[in-house]
Amino acid sequence: MQKTAVKLTGITKTFGENKVLRGIDLELPAGQVTVLMGANGAGKSTLVKVLCGVHQANGGEITLFGEPFHPTTPSEAIRAGVVTVHQNINDGVIPDLDIASNLMLDNLAAPNSGFFINNRKIRAQAREIAARMQLDVDVRQPVSELNLADRQLVSIARAMAHKPKLLILDEPTSSLSATEAARLFDLLDRLRDSGVAILYISHRMSDIRRIADRIVSMRDGRISGVFNDKPLDYEAAVNAMLGRAMSEVDIRIPAKGTPILSLQNVELRAGATPINLDLHENEVVAITGLVGSGKSELASLLFGLQAPVSGEITLNGTPYSPRNQRDAIRKGVFLCPKDRGSNAVVQGFDITRNISLPFLKRHSRGQFLRPRSEQRTAQASIETLGIVCQSTHDDIGSLSGGNQQKVMVARWLAESSNVLVLDEPFQGVDIQARRDIGEKIRETAKGRATVVMAAEMDEAIEIADRIIVMYDHTIVGDHRNQNIDLGRVLAQVAGQNPTDAETGNQTHAN
Amino acid sequence: MQTDTHKRPKLGALDLAIKYGFLVLLVGLVLFFSLASDGFASPYSAVFIFQSVSITGILALGVTATLVVDGFDLSIGSVATTALMLSSYVLVVWEMSAFTAVIACLVMGAVVGLINGFLIVKMKVPDLLATLGMMFLLVGLQRIPTQGRSISTGMTLPDGRVTEGVFPPEFLALGRHRFDFFIDRLIPVSVVVLLVIAFLVWVFMEKTRHGRLMYAIGSNERAAELAGTNVNRYKVLAYVISGVLASIGGILMAARLGRGDIASGNNLLLDSVAAALIGFAVLGAAKPNAFGTIVGALFIGILLQGLTMMNAPYYTQDFVKGAVLVVALVFTFALSRRGGGH
Repeated sequence: MQKTAVKLTGITKTFGENKVLRGIDLELPAGQVTVLMGANGAGKSTLVKVLCGVHQANGGEITLFGEPFHPTTPSEAIRAGVVTVHQNINDGVIPDLDIASNLMLDNLAAPNSGFFINNRKIRAQAREIAARMQLDVDVRQPVSELNLADRQLVSIARAMAHKPKLLILDEPTSSLSATEAARLFDLLDRLRDSGVAILYISHRMSDIRRIADRIVSMRDGRISGVFNDKPLDYEAAVNAMLGRAMSEVDIRIPAKGTPILSLQNVELRAGATPINLDLHENEVVAITGLVGSGKSELASLLFGLQAPVSGEITLNGTPYSPRNQRDAIRKGVFLCPKDRGSNAVVQGFDITRNISLPFLKRHSRGQFLRPRSEQRTAQASIETLGIVCQSTHDDIGSLSGGNQQKVMVARWLAESSNVLVLDEPFQGVDIQARRDIGEKIRETAKGRATVVMAAEMDEAIEIADRIIVMYDHTIVGDHRNQNIDLGRVLAQVAGQNPTDAETGNQTHAN
Repeated sequence: MQTDTHKRPKLGALDLAIKYGFLVLLVGLVLFFSLASDGFASPYSAVFIFQSVSITGILALGVTATLVVDGFDLSIGSVATTALMLSSYVLVVWEMSAFTAVIACLVMGAVVGLINGFLIVKMKVPDLLATLGMMFLLVGLQRIPTQGRSISTGMTLPDGRVTEGVFPPEFLALGRHRFDFFIDRLIPVSVVVLLVIAFLVWVFMEKTRHGRLMYAIGSNERAAELAGTNVNRYKVLAYVISGVLASIGGILMAARLGRGDIASGNNLLLDSVAAALIGFAVLGAAKPNAFGTIVGALFIGILLQGLTMMNAPYYTQDFVKGAVLVVALVFTFALSRRGGGH
């Protein structure tokens, strides 16, 4: 048994009323790669931020090789030996400086470093670090000239200059190609052998299979599964992360109407298996899959934010290739985007104004707005969706997350559409609001095709007539949501049954 | 995004202070000056204050339009002075009509706005930098035709010609005519223009769907775009509004001065930006708005007029303006719930 590098006991963290970490107990052994899995909002990044000193835990204990470890700043964590490589590569490097300065940056920033810079000394030290990492570069080259993989390696090399005890990598391969990732894994192998504890956060099953010694799954701010025994049970890990708490919602699948939107041989990204998909009238389709499986790309495609690499899309039988968002909306294809904070909520506007935003023409006479018309729509939305508020004039910022999301959904339910795409409509939403939104979406589904992007399995099961699984930018499963074989769905989500793609598509084609 | 702004505070003393503080302060100032100095509380004094802030106010309304879409226009001062020089040039050197001069200035303002918008929207130059560049460019450009000299009747041009054109009376009337209002010859044209423009900008921003969309862009551009708004078109529109309003300010200035004075309008930019920013604090709006902008301009005007009548030296003016601006910004950003929210 290896030595435990880091031990967390009962770590809790709340933001306002939002409990993000609800008591995390976790051990990270030295000389092993622990993969941390969790859906969006499970609390992974908060946990990382607690470990690297960005946030302070509200409760619980952390020890680092037996010593209490409660960093209050990132630099304190680094000095103690906990080094983090963040997801966004450019957060880890300064593009305009050369490699040497980047590698030595923490030394330059240290309070006791000298006033003048000795470039020759810095370069010599930097070369030493680079050599240790088997990084074959000219240290005088500016980082901006490097490709993403080399930048990533530079930022890891910089992290290694601190001789870390725990190295945290947050989705390090998300922007790397396969060969670039392979270089990274070789490096991680060497670090592991030298006794560093590595916490590796990723959604990519191929990465996880390559690198994981053990897997820890997180869900709703708790550890929902720890997998130590080889061979690792990847399916169980995905299962623990997505959760299969069976929903009590009773789905009655309506007769599906004529196809409204059809995708024929659509390639989401170069080299991906083409997609064939029909979305029918009255039908609610949930599209599920891990982060990076192509769900968001598909949503962007339907809404005209992105063009397919190849293939054809038809809407009600005519070719559909929207030039921009306005064009898509005009053609009756609506998108309720994910991440409402940055993509949907207009702060400083009240509920009424947030709802009426896309359809102001409907609420105008000539160029002039008719506030009463807007208000009627808002009032109706508040009643049907059960938005908890004082009045239609409440500022959107005064509502809870769930109610804000209801407003965002109401925005797109206010007019009838051909296709309604909801990208992660249950993100950061409490269970009651989730039920209300789901119910309303199903209730209004008649006459349009509805697509819900949902990473969480129980969300998909709760809302859909039909569940489509995506993996690696293509469709690998297509299931009618009745007596559904969850094990098979989860296996497809984890990408463990690639041959299933054909059968899935075939059952659907009939 | 901050999550701590989501709680709904009680409407306590602080909220009242935020909402009405600036208006109360304004009334207080008027009362104070009326008591402290003879002649402050008279119709002429009131009109004088309005007149003194009319050009700044018009420019400030332009800045307000760009602030609404979360932009900024630093070129307004130089657009105004360019309009001043251009109208003088058209009248005095080319000897054309007052109507032509006005149209030329308006077109110039609109073109500058279009170029600003193009730089920002298409060339992706940050708004402050694009309009700063435009400011420099215009300050230089307006001096080239006359080799850096002011324009007046009887001046010698670079090619040796002596100018014979004059400012026609109908043009000068824009700056000097006063309408009767209970008292003969009380209200200057510029004040009427200010009030009309303020009303139009207010209606456009608050009552039309275009104004609504512009506010949406200013608050969350991405959300507005995903809701099907033509973000670029509205941004360009904001800069065109700003350019045109600034050129109107320049025309009024030319009509008041009666010559193409190269040194005029130095303070225009700072004063009008200050007025628009003070406007954020009025009625706790915490956002750019036409009504607030006018109140902001008046606030500065009243303060300066009062101090002048109490014999405060002229060189304290900028200090006072700066102090007012800082206080107003604290009102907006530190105290107001919504100001910190985005």
